[in-house]
Parts: sequence; C-alpha cells; structure tokens
Amino acid sequence: MVLQRVVKPKTHKGRKFLENREPKIEENDKVAMFIKGGNTSQTVSQVLKEMYMLKKPTGIMMKRKNVVRPFEDQTTLEYFSEKNDASLFLFGSHSKKRPHNLVLGRFFDHHILDMVELGIENFRSMFEFQNDKCSHGTKPCIIFSGQDFEQLEDYDKLKNLLMDFFRGPKTEKIRLSGLELVLQVTAIDNKIYFRTFRTVLKKSGTKIPRVELEEIGPSLDLVVKRSMFGSDDLYKRANKKPSEAKKSKTQKNKSRTNLGDKMGRIHMQKQNLDTLQTRKMKGLKRKKGSDVVEGEAGETSESTNEKLRKMSE
Amino acid sequence: MADLVENILREEAEKESKYKTIVVQKDVDIEIDDGNLLAYDPNPIDVELFRSNRNEYLSNLARDNTQLLFNKLWTLPVEKVENIVLAKLPNPSTQFPREKRLPKPKPETKWEKYAKVKGIQNKKKDKLVWDEQHKEFRPRWGYGRANDDTKDWLIEIKSNADPDEDPFAKRTNAKKERTAKNELQRLRNIARSRYGKVPGVGLTPVDKPNKDQLNKALVLAKKSTASLGKFTEKLPKEKATREKGKRRKFEPCVGDMKKEKDKQLHILHTLSQAPPVNVAKAAQQFMSQEEDNATFSKEGGRKKRGDKAGRRSKAGGRPPKKNKGFQNRGKGGKGGKGK
Repeated sequence: MVLQRVVKPKTHKGRKFLENREPKIEENDKVAMFIKGGNTSQTVSQVLKEMYMLKKPTGIMMKRKNVVRPFEDQTTLEYFSEKNDASLFLFGSHSKKRPHNLVLGRFFDHHILDMVELGIENFRSMFEFQNDKCSHGTKPCIIFSGQDFEQLEDYDKLKNLLMDFFRGPKTEKIRLSGLELVLQVTAIDNKIYFRTFRTVLKKSGTKIPRVELEEIGPSLDLVVKRSMFGSDDLYKRANKKPSEAKKSKTQKNKSRTNLGDKMGRIHMQKQNLDTLQTRKMKGLKRKKGSDVVEGEAGETSESTNEKLRKMSE
Repeated sequence: MADLVENILREEAEKESKYKTIVVQKDVDIEIDDGNLLAYDPNPIDVELFRSNRNEYLSNLARDNTQLLFNKLWTLPVEKVENIVLAKLPNPSTQFPREKRLPKPKPETKWEKYAKVKGIQNKKKDKLVWDEQHKEFRPRWGYGRANDDTKDWLIEIKSNADPDEDPFAKRTNAKKERTAKNELQRLRNIARSRYGKVPGVGLTPVDKPNKDQLNKALVLAKKSTASLGKFTEKLPKEKATREKGKRRKFEPCVGDMKKEKDKQLHILHTLSQAPPVNVAKAAQQFMSQEEDNATFSKEGGRKKRGDKAGRRSKAGGRPPKKNKGFQNRGKGGKGGKGK
C-alpha cells in the first residue's frame, strides 16, 4: 500500500511505479531473471541467452557473474527478486562436480517457493537449425508428454513450474494465425527432453488447418538433480484465490456502439393503453351518475365499462 | 447407382491424397487447457521406437499433440477485429501459485471509522470549478487552480485588525499549519494500523478552541510549574476543575486476603507454564539474524566478524556466552584478571 508508507513517494511516476509492485488481485505477468553463476561454460551461457530470447518481453538478463549457490544460500536470489520484482529465475553454472548446471525456480512473495536443478546433457542451439525463427514475444503452446509426469515423485510440480515459466503473458483473445511457437517437454527414462518448434499451417480441406512442425531450437536433454519444494502449507498459501476474482463481473445489459455511445437495455412492463390520459376537454369529462363516458362510448371495452359502473355505484 | 457410389469414393480418395488428414488417434485423450495453450499427453511412450530415432519420434509426437490442441483451439468462438481472426480463450483451468500474497484490505483511517459510525458519505465534487476572475472553468486544486488565494496581491482586512500583523504571512502560516496537521494525522493513522493504540499528542493549536479544549489547556498551564501547580493562584470566581489526569492506584497494605491470595496464585500459575512466544516476532528476529550473517560473510569490510563466527562453530560449537567471565571467576587463574 503506497499510502501506508511513512515516506511518501515524491513524484506521480514514483507513486505509479510503487503501485505497480504492490500485491494485486489480478497479478502482473511473471518476470523471469536469467542469472549467470560464478563460473559458466559456453553451453550454459548459450542456454541462458536462448531461454531469455524465448521469454523476452518478460525476461531480465543479468550481465554480471554472481557467485551464488541457490541450494545453500537463497538470500542473494531473494534480494534480486525483490529488486527486479521478478518471481521466476533460471540460474546457470558450471563446475567439475556439477557440469553444465541449470537451476530453475520461482518465488512466492519474494521468497523461494520451489526450485529444481537440471543438468544439461545435450544441447543444440537455435543457430544450429538453419531456418526461419518465430517472432519475439509470441505466446507458446506448451505440450507435455510422458507418463513420468504422473508417476514420478515431484514431477507434477516440475511440470507446473515449467508451465509457469514459459507460458507467457495472460490473454483473453489470441490471433489464431499467430500461434507459431510450440514447446515440447517429454519425460522418458528419467530424462527430460525440451524441444522447440515453429508451426507451419497447411490446408486440410476443412476449416481446421493441418499442422506441420519445424524444429527451430534450442533443444535440450536434461537430467533432474537436486530439488527443493516448499511445504504444503506454503503452496496452499501461494495458491489462495482472492474472493473478488471468483466473482464474474459480466454486465449483460450494457454495450457500446461503434461510435462509442453507451447503450443499455432496460426492461419495462407493457403500457396499459386503457388508462392513457388523452386530451382533457370539458365535453369529455365524466358526468356524475352516468355509466358511460361520453365520446368514448362506442370504443370502450366491456371491462372498463364494468369498472366505471362499479365506481359510479 | 453403382456409378454414383464409385464417383463419391473416388472423390474422397482424391481429397485424401491432396491434403493430409487432421485426425489423430490416441488411446487416452490428451488433457488440454486451452486458456493457457497447454496440453498434456498421458499416453505411454513407445520406448523402443524412441530409442531407435529420438528426434524423429519426438517431433512426430509433438506434431500429433499440437494438431489435437489446434483442433480444439479452432473450435473456439471467433471474433474479427480489423480483418484479424481472434479466438476467445476460455478461463484457464491450470492453477499457478501467485507471485505475491493476497492484497490486504486498506486499513481504515480514524476519520473513515468515524464516518462509518455516523453514516457520513463522501460527496462527489466536480473536478472543475468556475473561476470568477478568469471567467473560465479551472481545476479545483493543483497547478493553476480556480480562486487561488495564494496569488492575491491585495487582502482586505477588517478595521479592527492588528496593524502589525502581515496578512500574507498569516495566510501562508495557516496553510503550513494545516498541511503539518494533515501529515501528523496521516502518520498517526499508519501507526494506529500497525500498532493499534497510539499515545495522544497533547494539546495542538486550534483555530477556535471549544470549552473542553480551553479547560484542558488551563489545567495543564496551571500544573506546568516546578511545584506542579501547588502555589498557582486561583483566578477570581474560578471553579474547581475535575480534570486531574491519571493517577496510579495501589492496593491497600492490609485488606482483602482472598484477592491477594488469588493474585499470588495467578502469578505462580503463569510461572509454571511455558513462557508465551510471539511466533511472528521470533521468526522475524531469526530471519534478520540470518540475513545479517549472510551479509557479513559476503562483504569484504566486515569479513573478520564473519570469519570468527565460522571458526567458532567449527571448533566445537560452544555457544558464545556473554557472562563467560563470571563462570570462570570462582576457579581463579583464568578469570582472575578482573579487578
């Protein structure tokens, strides 16, 4: 809460900046940090760079080396998360004990929620594939396959983490012809195969196109090493849904025309024409004691006549 | 008749050869979350086929699954905006952890609380106000505001006004006072929302003090002497004031035995129980300590302290105690230096 700060922001811009970082009901898109460790191999640097390219509008590439061991001391990463307002990270390092090492993780409230260590076994850069790439910032389709994701311990969490990492911005509408990028994650034989494809849509004779895929890289074969998952309690807290978001706010009876005019539909009861007040004239006045109104005599319905009779009696 | 059937079949076959099919057969249906463009294929993987040619197998698998996903996406309701076809995505079904905790409701200010009790509602004011001098609508407040009295070059004063007083300075002072008061109230509201109760500020300057405020001020002024108002003379016709401030109350030395007994027993009872721990505070303390340790071990300038701590823990884990000297004093020798 910006207003709850003892030192108030001095400028409007500063205030907006702080407001953007506050917890919200509808959250911002998650930002990922790409961090190089104290020592990185060519492979690891290239992987970080290419993952950053996949994630680009919501990614931050850290330029300097950071001598950090995420599984031993998380304070630095948590500090980075707070500083950059980022809640995802991919950390790369290389050592004799853990060659070509990646740590993929996410934060909740600027504290580590879960992270998984992945060793790179096979890597093919996107520059090794000589073909067209897709444009930056496309929302990828992510496809998981393999029973391991259901059977092996903690793989469901890893699946959720990978989905969360790569899913891109939240949207309500999507351009169908713009679905270009497909990420495939397959778990077989205790290994995870990460592949990237570009879609080529072809005619099929029906409305739905025939999909062909072209591999564009990066492609990685990964091995799961250490992992750290938050307690169930923490997951429960992180997955809490706000009561405000559950309610749908659709307004059925309001719309806007192409010119921007606001139109509303209102519901009214049918007007009773029998009691409609017509022009008042002395000659049309109802006489006391008479059972039929003058001037209307021929047209009034039976029911009104009856009513009038009752009233006069 | 037979010709007709043949014709249709031939046409179908031609179509088949011209275009590849979009139909994909799977034993188990794949799970699709079209709100997030996600799909999960739970079908078992043919390991032998996979081992014989990994990349081809994976790309075929990806193609099939993508086709299934796209088949579903293409059935979504469509909207055309500027000749672009947009599909309306349904609400995502996969849940992801939040980035930050849920927003807390904004704590009420003292005024808001009071207004709620009294049923006072905010009146919406227009942003623009008619400016008599410039003959146009101007913003109610802020830069270039309407009816700006700080820009007056002349102020009308009453005939009985103090001739030494600068009316311009008076006005600016009053404004400063108001902003200061508002700031103080803002800070008090923050403190109230964090710590609950906030001590009073005593007497603050008011434009038109009411009877109670004057009375309070008088009592305080009378008491504010070295002898706590003992020798302050009374004004003529002054009534004794009831305002006395808080006084400490003590139990009588001899009196209610039962009450005393209960009190002592209550103390004993609380002592026998485990001391209450403020968990939130303890956790905060622990975390800040951890953070301190981390920064010590990292930063160059403070390295010595961090190193020491490290060595101590390696040497045998004896907890560092403040009253180390006291323990050894009885033996003499080691602790004997203290004079």
